[in-house]
Amino acid sequence: MISGDEVVQLSRLQFGLTALYHFLFVPLTLGMTFLLAIMESVYVMTGRIVYRDMTQFWGKLFGINFAMGVATGITMEFQFGTNWAYYSHYVGDIFGPLLASEGWMAFFLESTFVGLFFFGWDRLSKVQHLTVTWLLALGTSLSALWILIANGWMQHPVGAAFNYETLRMEMTSFPDIFFNPVAQVKFVHTVAAGYVTGSMFILGISSWYLLNGRDIGFARRSFSIASAFGLASILSVIVLGDESGYTDGETQKIKLAAIEAEWITHEPPAAFTLFGFPDQTTETTHAAIEIPHVLGLIATRSIDEPVHGIRELRQESEKRIRRGILAYEDLQKLRAGDTHESTRTRFETNKQDLGYGLLLKKYAPDVVSATEADIHQAARDTIPPVAPMFWTFRIMVASGFTMLFIFAMAFYYCATRVADRKRWLMRLAVWAIPLPWIAAETGWFVAEYGRQPWTISGVLPTHLSVSHIESSQIWFSLGGLLLFYTGLLVIEMYLMIKYIRLGPSSLHTGRYCHETAASGSALSSHA
Amino acid sequence: MFDYETIRFIWWVAIGVVAVAFSITEGFDFGVCALLRILGRTDDERRVIINAVGGTWEGNQVWLVLLGGAVFAIWPPVYATLFSGLYAAMMLVLFALFLRPTGFDYRSKLDNPVWRDAWDWALSIGGGLPPILLGVLVGNLLLGLPFHLEDDLRPVYEGSFWGLLSPFALLCGVIGLVLMILHGALFLQLRTESYMHARTRQVVRITGPLLLVLLVVASLWLLQMDRPEITQMAGTGAPSNPLHKTVIAKGISWMDHFMSYPWMLTAPSLAMTGFMAAWWMGQRGKAVSGFIASSVGIAGLLFTIGFGLFPFLLISSTQPGSSLTLWDASSSRFTLLLSFWITAIFLPIVLAYTQWVYRVLWGKITPESIRANDHQLY
Repeated sequence: MISGDEVVQLSRLQFGLTALYHFLFVPLTLGMTFLLAIMESVYVMTGRIVYRDMTQFWGKLFGINFAMGVATGITMEFQFGTNWAYYSHYVGDIFGPLLASEGWMAFFLESTFVGLFFFGWDRLSKVQHLTVTWLLALGTSLSALWILIANGWMQHPVGAAFNYETLRMEMTSFPDIFFNPVAQVKFVHTVAAGYVTGSMFILGISSWYLLNGRDIGFARRSFSIASAFGLASILSVIVLGDESGYTDGETQKIKLAAIEAEWITHEPPAAFTLFGFPDQTTETTHAAIEIPHVLGLIATRSIDEPVHGIRELRQESEKRIRRGILAYEDLQKLRAGDTHESTRTRFETNKQDLGYGLLLKKYAPDVVSATEADIHQAARDTIPPVAPMFWTFRIMVASGFTMLFIFAMAFYYCATRVADRKRWLMRLAVWAIPLPWIAAETGWFVAEYGRQPWTISGVLPTHLSVSHIESSQIWFSLGGLLLFYTGLLVIEMYLMIKYIRLGPSSLHTGRYCHETAASGSALSSHA
Repeated sequence: MFDYETIRFIWWVAIGVVAVAFSITEGFDFGVCALLRILGRTDDERRVIINAVGGTWEGNQVWLVLLGGAVFAIWPPVYATLFSGLYAAMMLVLFALFLRPTGFDYRSKLDNPVWRDAWDWALSIGGGLPPILLGVLVGNLLLGLPFHLEDDLRPVYEGSFWGLLSPFALLCGVIGLVLMILHGALFLQLRTESYMHARTRQVVRITGPLLLVLLVVASLWLLQMDRPEITQMAGTGAPSNPLHKTVIAKGISWMDHFMSYPWMLTAPSLAMTGFMAAWWMGQRGKAVSGFIASSVGIAGLLFTIGFGLFPFLLISSTQPGSSLTLWDASSSRFTLLLSFWITAIFLPIVLAYTQWVYRVLWGKITPESIRANDHQLY
C-alpha cells in the first residue's frame, strides 16, 4: 500500500501544481479579453485613435500571456487520462461531455478568433474587428463556464447515478448538471475574479506609467477604464462570492466548517472567527477573535439556519459510511449474479452512500470486513486539515478587500478627475499587481484541497481515482514539467517586463514615449 | 431517437471524422513547422513560413483537444487505458506541444538572432516530434497493447515505454513524419510564391514517392500478421462492460479481415490514389488540387486503420478478452445522444466561422508583406 500511496500523493502534487500554474494565465486572459473589447468599443464609438492603440498594446501583453495559457491548458486535459485513469473510467460519462462541450463552444471560438484579433486589423472593417474581439472575450468566458460546470459537479455531483452493470457513474439529467447551484456561483465568482485580475494588471501598469510621467494620455485612459471595470468586478466577486455555494452538499458544508474552524454546531446565527490558531487534535481554535452572528449571516443568508460544525458533520459521515458498507456488499452480490429483487431494491436505496463505503478500501480492501476503528478513521478522513483551509481562505479574503479599497479609491478619484495627483494610490496600485493572483491561487486551494478525501464528493475517493502506474513515471513527468514550466515562466516574465517597459512605443506608431522627437506633439494632441 | 447500437456506430464514424479533421488541419501545421529550418534560410524566409500558418494554427490545435475530449466523452475506458498506459509517450507529446504556442508568439518579439534561432528549433521540434510519436502510437494500436482490465474495470498496463518502439511501430512513426511533411509542404505551396514555392515542390518530389513506398511496406508487413476475433459477446446494445466477451488472440489475418468486408478496401484505395495525386500535382505546383488530394489521402489512411481494427478500439495483446470495442467501451446511451446533439449544433457553426477566418486571412505571404507588417506579424 506504501507505493500506491506514493502514486496518489505524487499525482495530487502534479495535478495541483500544474492546475495552479495554469491558473496564473487563465484569469488574466479572462479579464484582458473583456477589457480589450471595452477599449475597442470606445474606439469604434468615438473614432479616437488612442483607444485603438490601447487595444493593440494591451493586446500584445495579452498575447504573451495567452500563449502560456494555451500551452499549459493541454496539460490539464492530458492528466485526467494519464494520472487519473480510474476517475476517467468512473465519471467519464459525465465529465467527458462537459470537456467536449468546452471544446465545441469555447476553445474553437477563442482559438479561431485570436488569430484574427492580432492579424485582422487591416483586413476587417472597424465593426467586424470589434465583433471578433467580443467573440474572443465570449469564448474565454464560455470556456470558464464549462470547466466550472465540470468542477462544480466534482464538488456537488447532481444529475448522475451509479450503474452496477457498467460499474461507473452515468448521467441522468443534463439540466441538473448545468444548473447545479454550486457550479453557477463558482462560475460567477471565477470569471469576475478573472475580470479583477485583468483590471488590476492594467491599473497597476498604467499607474507605473503615470508615476514615471510617460504616455500620460494613454495611461490615464487605461487607468480609468480599469478602475471602473475593476470596481464592478470586485464587487461581483465579493457580493456574489461563492460562499452561498457552501450550503449545498455534504462536502461543501464540511469545507465551510473547515474554513471557519467551526468545530461544533452553534446556536444560529453563528459567530465569525476573524483570527485564531485552529488545532485539529483538540478541535479548538486558540486565541480566537470572534465577531458575533456574522458567519451565520454570510453563510446561510438567514438568522435561524445553523452552520454545521465539524463534529456533527463527521458523525454524519460515519452514518453514511455504514450505509456505504451495505451498498458495497449488495453490489458484490449483484455482480456475482444475484437476481433477487430485494437485493436490487436495497442496493438502489443505499447506493448514494456507496462512495462512503469505498473510503474504507484504504483500510480494509474488501470493505465489508472493516472494523469499528477503520470506520472511525475513514470518518475522520472526511474532514480535511483545518488550519491550511482557515489560513488560505483569510489570505484570499484579505486580498479581495484590499483590492476593493484600491478600485473604489481609483474609481472615485477618476470620477472627480484628480486620480493622477494621488501618487500614493498609484504606488499602491503598482504594488498590488500580485494580489489578484494571490487571491485566485488561495481560492483554488480552498476549493480543491477542501474537497479531500474525494475527487468526486461523496462518490469517488481520491486514493481510488489514480492510474495504475509507477511512482517513477510520475517523477519523470514531474521533472519534465518543472523544467519546462520554470523555463517558460522565466521567458514569459522577461518578455512581459520588456514589453511593459517599452509601453505603447512597441506599436511603432511614432506617437509615444521613447520614440522620435515628434512624439511629444503627437502625444499632446491625443492626450 | 437512435437505439444504443446505432448511436454507438454513429460515434465510431464521428470520432473517425474528428481524427481526420485533426490530421488534416493540425497535420499541415506540424509539417510546416517541421520544415521551418529546412526551407527557411534567412529570417525573412522563416517568417514567411511561420506566418503561413501563424494566424490559424491555434484554431486547428483545438481539433486535437477536441479529439481527446471526444474520446473521453464517448469511450472513457479507451481514454483511461491509452493515456495511463502510454504515460511517458503522452508526456513527450505534451512537452512537444508546449513549444508551438510559445514559439509562434514569442519568436519575433525580440530582434536577437540567437533568440530567434532557438525558437525556430523549438518550433521545428514542436512540429516534427508529435507526428512521429502519434505514428508510433497508431502502429501500436494495430499491433495491440499489453494491458488488461481488473475486476472493477481498472486498466492495468503491463508494458514499458521502450516496448512501444518495435520495428513496425517505428516505421509508422516515420510514416507519420513523412506524411505531415508532404501535407505541410503542399499547404505552404498554397501560400507562397517564387523560390519558396519552388522549394515546396522539391519537398513534394522527395516525400511523395517515399511516403508511397513506406505505406506499401507497412501494408505488406501488416497483412502478414493476425488480429484478434470476437467469438462471443453480450450484444451490440448491451450495457458497456468490456469483460463480458470472449476473444481469440490470433483469430483472423488482416488480409482475411479486409477480404471478408470487401467494401472496406475503398479506404486504402482512396489513401493510395490521394497520395499519388498529391505527389503528381504538388511537384507541378498545382497546390490546390495537391492539397485536396493529400487531405483525401489522409482521410483514406485513417479510415483504413479504423476499418482494419473494427470493431476493436484498443486490442489487448496480453489478455485479448480485455480488448475494448465500440460495442462495450462506450458511454451510456444518454451521454452518446447528448453529445450527438451538441456536436450536430456546434459543428456547422464552427466550420462556418473557421472558413470565414481563413478567407479573411488568406493571401500569398511574401518577404515584402512580412517587412511591411514587421511589428504586427509573428
